[in-house]
Amino acid sequence: MASPIEQFQIKPIIPVINFTNSSAFMIGAAAVIVGGLLYATRKRAVVPGRAQSVAEVLHDFVANTLVDATGKEGMKFFPLVFSLFMFVLTANLLGMIPGFFTVTSHIIVTFALAMLVIGTVVVYGFIKHGTHFLGLFVPSGVPAWLLPFIVVIELISFLSRPISLSLRLFANMLAGHIALKVFAGFVVSLLAAGGALTILAPLPLLMAVALMALEFLVAALQAYVFTVLTCIYLNDALHPGH
Amino acid sequence: MAQAQTTHATTEAHGGAHEDIGFPPFETETYAGQLLWLAITFVVLYTLLSRLVLPRLSGIIENRRAMIASDLDDAAAMKSRAEEAGTAYERSLAEAKGRAQALAQETRAKLSAESDAKRKALEADLNQRLAEAEATISGKKAEAMSHVDAIARDTASAIIERLTGKAPAPQKVEAALNQIKA
Repeated sequence: MASPIEQFQIKPIIPVINFTNSSAFMIGAAAVIVGGLLYATRKRAVVPGRAQSVAEVLHDFVANTLVDATGKEGMKFFPLVFSLFMFVLTANLLGMIPGFFTVTSHIIVTFALAMLVIGTVVVYGFIKHGTHFLGLFVPSGVPAWLLPFIVVIELISFLSRPISLSLRLFANMLAGHIALKVFAGFVVSLLAAGGALTILAPLPLLMAVALMALEFLVAALQAYVFTVLTCIYLNDALHPGH
Repeated sequence: MAQAQTTHATTEAHGGAHEDIGFPPFETETYAGQLLWLAITFVVLYTLLSRLVLPRLSGIIENRRAMIASDLDDAAAMKSRAEEAGTAYERSLAEAKGRAQALAQETRAKLSAESDAKRKALEADLNQRLAEAEATISGKKAEAMSHVDAIARDTASAIIERLTGKAPAPQKVEAALNQIKA
């Protein structure tokens, strides 16, 4: 039986330019997003068909999430937030197809995306508000003697954001795929064991089916969580005062 | 020396085997490639979405919103026009009603004036006839009364003649009658 972590292995396709299975699935996800959305909106219908409705629902969903967290002025980040949401969602869902590589099951990918978010927050915050952006770490209405501790705590909490943001997505995708593989592996092992154990083989299969449903939920949910947290962090860049 | 090389080879082999069952997400030598392709892919994705897909998508949604708003405006304009037409109709209806009433009033007044005139003419006619008749009656009465004198004279003459056997002088009878009358 193959190891449950074999599915996460990076396999070179064109070693000279570092093109691997991961690169292929990144490009695949981007192609699915752009191609799917262009196909869905090809008619530009006033009364949308099914595909166009899905595209519009995705657009409105991300736009509402962003406006709820940051207000109208946050819409300047809409392309970024929409790209992040669609990329994470599509990468997660593509990974659910058996045999496909899950781009977001690698910490370096999720960390890079998280750093993109935090980098945007820091750069935009300083450009827009200058040193006033540092007020983010100094909550108003705190007694002077408490202030040093509060600033340290706020600083740690700010610095841990990219870590928690990336770890959450990475760990969810990794653990889900490992669990699926383990239960699917049990089916094979039990069938191979023969005798009474063979009869028990459907049990882990049922478990794998149930986990599959759960993993689809997690795939969509984690993309949503990543997006919501992105919006909340962007809100800090737009309105640094507490 | 040879042994050392063997040991080294074993270690390498072991290392290779370890890599096979290692934990891929923590294999740092794959990071550069992943980051490179993630950057390329995400930049292309962001550019395509922000330049091509999202303007089209929000254009569709905005277009629909504008269309609905303009349709609602049109409907409101139509409604106000219909209401205007309704009030205009009511106004002309009231005008026509007023005119009809005035006409009826006029006609009624004319008719009553006519009938009044007719009645007055008739009354005048009747009064005239009445006066004429009264005049006739009073003439007849006077005539009759003048006859009464002659009758009285004749009767008185006749009575005296019967009583005395001789006709009295008409002047005496006349005088006597006038004396009585006075």
